[in-house]
Amino acid sequence: MLRYTARRLLGALPTLLVIVTLAFVLLHAAPGGPFDSEKRMMPEIQKSIEAKYHLDEPLWRQYLRYLGDLAHGDLGPSFQYRSTSVNEIIAQGLPVDATIGLTAITLALVVGGAVGINAALRRGTRWDYGSMAIAVAGISTPVFVVAPLLILIFAIKLHWLPAGDWVHGSPSHLLLPAVALALPYTAYVARMMRASTIDVLNSPFIRTARAKGLPLRLIVWRHALPPTLTPLVSFLGPAIAGLLTGSIVVESVFGLPGIGRYFITAALNRDYTLVIGISVLYGALIILFNLLADLCYAWIDPRVRLR
Amino acid sequence: MSGAPGLWRQALRRLRMQRMSMAAALLLAVIMLACLLLPLLSPYDYFTPHFELLSRGPMLAGGHLLGTDPLGRDLLLRVMWGCRISLAVGIAASLVSVLIGVTWGATAGYVGGLTDALMMRAVDILYSVPFVPFVIVLTVLFGRELWLIFLAIGAVSWLDTARIVRGETLSLKQREFIEAARVSGVRGAAMIARHIVPNLIGIVIIYATLAIPTVILFEAFLSFLGLGVQSPLASLGSLVADGTSEMQSHPHLLIVPAVFLAAIIYCFNYLGDGLRDALDPRDR
Repeated sequence: MLRYTARRLLGALPTLLVIVTLAFVLLHAAPGGPFDSEKRMMPEIQKSIEAKYHLDEPLWRQYLRYLGDLAHGDLGPSFQYRSTSVNEIIAQGLPVDATIGLTAITLALVVGGAVGINAALRRGTRWDYGSMAIAVAGISTPVFVVAPLLILIFAIKLHWLPAGDWVHGSPSHLLLPAVALALPYTAYVARMMRASTIDVLNSPFIRTARAKGLPLRLIVWRHALPPTLTPLVSFLGPAIAGLLTGSIVVESVFGLPGIGRYFITAALNRDYTLVIGISVLYGALIILFNLLADLCYAWIDPRVRLR
Repeated sequence: MSGAPGLWRQALRRLRMQRMSMAAALLLAVIMLACLLLPLLSPYDYFTPHFELLSRGPMLAGGHLLGTDPLGRDLLLRVMWGCRISLAVGIAASLVSVLIGVTWGATAGYVGGLTDALMMRAVDILYSVPFVPFVIVLTVLFGRELWLIFLAIGAVSWLDTARIVRGETLSLKQREFIEAARVSGVRGAAMIARHIVPNLIGIVIIYATLAIPTVILFEAFLSFLGLGVQSPLASLGSLVADGTSEMQSHPHLLIVPAVFLAAIIYCFNYLGDGLRDALDPRDR
């Protein structure tokens, strides 16, 4: 297990290198630089600013310098927010993303799981068809439609929950963004849980449990639930990538101070280090959660061998 | 494809039996027809402002069935143009992605060995690249032209297709008819193009149908962030974004395009599920 983890982490290095290189090349190939602003600067001032950020060096030197800093965990200074480093920006924004993301995933697992199992147990009834039709609707409705509608209904019309102005640690501020972000995942989880529960309920060991006369509740919780979790776990790894994307929208709709919002303004303002830094962070998160998913997979299902 | 009509007729019959899928296909056909015809028949256009009719609600009288937007433009017509753009982006980008994915996957699977290992390793690495940020960067940096959006989305969404096609190719490779073709002297690219790919069509149709809604969503997402289609042209995503800022006073500006967007995606998802059941009877 430890050796496997170490190998996978080592294997992540080339991927991160690809991400850094891709981002670096793309940004530098594009027209315009971070300090070509609409205000005309004195050429000497522009030169000295560019020298300060090493933009006057040849590209390969800048690239190697960036890689060297990155190896020390330093993502460099932000070009757009002077005197703030990319590390500081991420340290401020990440807790917001993490809170919303974790709440959303928990909601999706609990609600989606319950709906899916319920639909599987009542297969072929109105419950089943109804909840699955709603699930497809949930998958088909993008976050940026759900989020404004939630604000319209619950914040503007009903005044139940606040929208906007983030207060860290306040559950009422967390609820709407988390629900908006969770909705498509809840729908996915419901569909997957239904399919895998139906699969498991048809297998011989469930028939044996039934034949023994166990009550249905016990069969579902003790026997059917654990094997249905395996496809869910392998779904969670890739889902994290989608959550990151979704959080860009949720943050801009609700005006939350997370990382996603910075990313777009950073790209618009050619803030090279901030764009590359956030891309690297996203890549690292995706790799990390895929690894965690694989480890959980092996832990839940003993037949899976980590190679 | 000799001998195929039986398979296709059977698939069609299975598809017809699924009422939801047929309803989805019908609704899609209606939306497509409407968004092609209405802009030709309507007395309005999508770009000329009419300052005497700002932000009217939906009404039967007066000619603006779904009302007007804050610049007095007919909302129905703008939504129809939005559907045109979204569907065009969805279909074109899915074609790009299917083209790359099938070529990549079939080649890797058929050639095998080191080539396969290297090609699939590249796919693995690309899977971990956070693509949404990259497409955002691409569209921000290199302008916001429509063809670029097609290309960018298509170029990043071929990975799933490549994986599935490779797996399918690996099992096709073992079949007798491939061996027969090899014995009669078919080699390399000709083998892939003439014998492997035609047998993948079923699975490719399924995944292309399921790729279209993903792409439409993605384009809508970019437009919502202001990085996609530029005003005065609109896509469903940019219409939703415009509607969001007006939702307090004029909720219809948000609801109408949102309903169309959700309906199109809903239909493609249902149709894709139905096609999967119809064309791939193993997986039931």
